[in-house]
Amino acid sequence: MNRIFTFLILGTIAVFASGAIEGEIQKQALNVSAIVMFVIFVGATLGITYWAAKRTKSAKDFYTAGGGITGFQNGMAIAGDYMSAASFLGISGLVYLKGYDGLIYSIGFLVGWPIILFMIAEPLRNLGKYTFADVASYRLRQTPIRTLAAAGSIATVILYLIAQMVGAGKLIQLLFGLDYEVAVILVGVLMILYVTFGGMLATTWVQIIKAFLLLSGATFMAVAVMAHYDFSFGSLFTHATELKGIEIMSPGGLVSDPISAISLAVALMFGTAGLPHILMRFFTVADAKEARKSVFYATGFIGYFYILTFIIGFGAIVMVFQNPQYLDLAKQAIEGGSPILGGNNMAAIHLSHAVGGDFFLGFISAVAFATILAVVSGLTLAGASAISHDLYASVIKKGNVDGIKEMQVSKIATVVLGIVAIIMGIMFEKQNIAFVVGLAFAIAASANFPILFLSMYWKKLTTRGAVIGGSLGLATAVLLVVIGPIVWVDILGNATAIFPYKYPALFSVTTAFVGIWFFSITDSSHNAEMEIEAFEAQYIRSQTGIGAEGASEH
Amino acid sequence: MKKELVEKIKNNPDYIALVSKRSSFAIKLTVSMLVVYFAFILTIAFEPSLLGAPLSSDSVTTVGIPIGMAVIVFAFILTGIYTKRANSEFDDLNNKIKQSIKEN
Repeated sequence: MNRIFTFLILGTIAVFASGAIEGEIQKQALNVSAIVMFVIFVGATLGITYWAAKRTKSAKDFYTAGGGITGFQNGMAIAGDYMSAASFLGISGLVYLKGYDGLIYSIGFLVGWPIILFMIAEPLRNLGKYTFADVASYRLRQTPIRTLAAAGSIATVILYLIAQMVGAGKLIQLLFGLDYEVAVILVGVLMILYVTFGGMLATTWVQIIKAFLLLSGATFMAVAVMAHYDFSFGSLFTHATELKGIEIMSPGGLVSDPISAISLAVALMFGTAGLPHILMRFFTVADAKEARKSVFYATGFIGYFYILTFIIGFGAIVMVFQNPQYLDLAKQAIEGGSPILGGNNMAAIHLSHAVGGDFFLGFISAVAFATILAVVSGLTLAGASAISHDLYASVIKKGNVDGIKEMQVSKIATVVLGIVAIIMGIMFEKQNIAFVVGLAFAIAASANFPILFLSMYWKKLTTRGAVIGGSLGLATAVLLVVIGPIVWVDILGNATAIFPYKYPALFSVTTAFVGIWFFSITDSSHNAEMEIEAFEAQYIRSQTGIGAEGASEH
Repeated sequence: MKKELVEKIKNNPDYIALVSKRSSFAIKLTVSMLVVYFAFILTIAFEPSLLGAPLSSDSVTTVGIPIGMAVIVFAFILTGIYTKRANSEFDDLNNKIKQSIKEN
């Protein structure tokens, strides 16, 4: 999710590209306290994986941790899934650079959550079992719908994984002084271990621990900054504006024209509700009640986290900006100004050193690594489920497969996805991956979300409508990203973009909805009649949970 | 789900009440989130100076800061309001529906 953020601001602020995700990075000296804390984290999470492996006996355990995660735990895990290193470093870096504009982005990332709660969470929990394709294909034809949903899921997952792996490699290189390839392989191997052996249970606990560490670390930094100003926002802001100018207190033109503003809003809201690894988390709780609580807690944690990153960004302005200790002298000699080591996305990392010394720097670095591990694990599990549950069990075997066999396929898929992620991570090291996350997000909003939403609420949806409309949405999203400013101009080097907007969502989501609507209402096949007839029973189950999957007994 | 069961639940007054109450509540909350967020984002697109105005003449803090924070808090409060009502009132209705099926 937060990799979206990478995309969102990349077109507007080239500087972002020189942060954790892009550009040449100087390998740093070995950071001993960071490595010690990281080894402790890895040791603890591998211990959890061992514990989880003994409890992961069935496919249901593997995909959903047996459905026995509580609402509070799941809310924490959702937050752990959602608050990536790019979000922590990127948003605080954006606040550091632009002030108020950083807040605008964080708000965009939050407002999708209430919508997920009001519209998606309960029907999703009541209708689905392991993947969101269960819901989309509930009353439609399995093969075409699952194939499309799996394609949307796998595309989203692989694109995100590339962005995550490249970011991880560079960040770890910078923070720990490890080689890029070593860092990427390390992330890939750990993620394969967590997911293959521990399934959803281990993934969930890795995410919970990471969320706890990240929230604690960020809280400490924000409190340390505020304590410095006697907990007065007025003094903090006053000092910050003395250094960076009064304009950091107002909107700075990141979202300038109304079309882009609306398109961005559409992308953030619908994209969040179409991310396979986020949707999958709702199957880990026992019932709709716990699903609701999950979103309530997740929204609280994520909102709190964004408020912290805002304070951290301002803290970096007053404590890191113009502090000779963090100045990149080589870069300053060429470009002038006050560039900080590692780029603006390192603002929070330098701030951790400024408020807590080497030890706390080590802690925050280890947390950043843990964050990446937690996010890639969730992504990989979602991708593996789409392969094993949707493609293998439902499309190829037509549902005639036992759970153990399906779980084995899922584990093989995890290993394959992990290896693909490592290879892609190494291949894309020097590539401009700015478009990757935007594309992933556009696909989630334009293909996954419309099919899911309409399957839940629109009686007249038919297989033909969903497949044609969903494919149109997917194709439009891909096309508009390719001919838009980020790929067409920045990467392919053309002078002007054919499609002028950076965010295609408004257009591709509209295309998907109109396409689904049109090809459904004109579908007069016998099959369509049966699908419409089946809506009533589906709607009752989605509303009441009667017949829904429960938690397994252990 | 069997056809008779569908017919039975469909005509159950508790079910009808549950669906209509929850739908209208969910739609109201969704609309209020959308209105607040789009008002915020469109103000930034059309009239950013409104949010850039200082809170008071001697303050550098702008109106946009508390408003931005308020949008975050608002989103959280909405999820709280929904969860509270759904986990009590709607779930009670839902349990009555489930009970009525078991009885026959």
